[in-house]
Amino acid sequence: MPQIAQLAETWSSQVFWLLVFFGITFFVIGKGMVPKVMDTVAQRDGQIAADLAAAKAARDAADEQEEAWRVKENENRAAAQAIVAKAKEEGARKSETKLKAAQTRIDKKLADAETRIAEARTAALAEVEAVAVEAAQDIVKTLAGVKVTKPVATKAVKEQMAHG
Amino acid sequence: MAAEQAKVDPMYQFTIKPLGGSESWELAEGFNIAFTNSALWMLITTVVLFVFVLGGMRRELVPGRWQMMVESFTGFIDNMLEANIGKAGRKYVPYVFSLFMFILFANLLGLLPLGVIGIHPFTFTSHFTITGVLAIISFSIVLIVGFWRHGLHFFSLFVPHGTPLPMVPVIAPIEFISFMVRPFSLGLRLFVAMMAGHVLLEVLSSFVIDGTNAGAGFGLLVGLPSFLLMIGICALELLVAGIQAYVFALLTSLYINDAENLH
Repeated sequence: MPQIAQLAETWSSQVFWLLVFFGITFFVIGKGMVPKVMDTVAQRDGQIAADLAAAKAARDAADEQEEAWRVKENENRAAAQAIVAKAKEEGARKSETKLKAAQTRIDKKLADAETRIAEARTAALAEVEAVAVEAAQDIVKTLAGVKVTKPVATKAVKEQMAHG
Repeated sequence: MAAEQAKVDPMYQFTIKPLGGSESWELAEGFNIAFTNSALWMLITTVVLFVFVLGGMRRELVPGRWQMMVESFTGFIDNMLEANIGKAGRKYVPYVFSLFMFILFANLLGLLPLGVIGIHPFTFTSHFTITGVLAIISFSIVLIVGFWRHGLHFFSLFVPHGTPLPMVPVIAPIEFISFMVRPFSLGLRLFVAMMAGHVLLEVLSSFVIDGTNAGAGFGLLVGLPSFLLMIGICALELLVAGIQAYVFALLTSLYINDAENLH
């Protein structure tokens, strides 16, 4: 086993060169290069974290703007609905007023017409009476040769007309 | 025939050979620092690791494959330390990363099948002189951090929280021994795992060679199954190379956690 057989003659060389080369490894690679490699990793991690944070901030801002837009949109919609409702109400009220005025006019016309019809009827009836009275007088004179006074004839005609 | 007898010594692969002679490297009596094949593979490991991490230094915002690979290794160590130690674990990333990657690359480079082109990889993590030193470094860090942060209060590590008072004289020595065994278990585990795997591969390869030399029948009966088994064991060894590096780094971070946070 050379490890033991050669121990006396080689241990100093082994230890010496190990210290030399492991020392170089430690000071040049371990102390000099590894921190830079790790620094690069840390930088990259930092950059990724910063980018993610920026993206998140941008998304939050977008959300906020969307929210504001939604609120405004809702307000606009409400305002538009209010205007529509108001216009509707106004239109309804106006048409109601107009309808009422028209109704009043029509009612008045109807009333006038009725009055006129009633007058005309009364007049016509009076005429018919007068004609009937005269006719009754004539008929009685002709048939019976009796002369009937006008008041009597009128009374008789009225009686007959009242009976229909 | 005897002269051509293939002789496979499974332990020969662990032999340390000075590359540029060893006489002029004698610093003092018994203290020789000859540049050996072991040192050469430490150099190669360091260079390959340097090139690997250098490829991850492009510092692009959107990483390429290479940069991604390096970053996932640093992230892996970072996560491990944060999970075991917490926020204070960050400052140990350079050390634990160096430790993990150095052991991992050494293990993997030692497994490269470069023998087919005449270069024999040397797995220096299969020497307890190496793993022992790494374990002692980790253990020293634990001791230094522990006494630096907690002073003599660090000794309360040996009295687990909630121990009844009469049990303290019994528990404390046991805890102390288990604490002192840590660097040995840490160093030996890696050394044994790496050596065992390489010995196993070498033994199986000797079966293949000897079986084939003994004739076609033995070659089919012994050599072929051994070869198939070697393929499987190679895959297993790749896994072990990663797991042992991970275990070393994980245990180091657990021990540092004891020093940072006590119990």
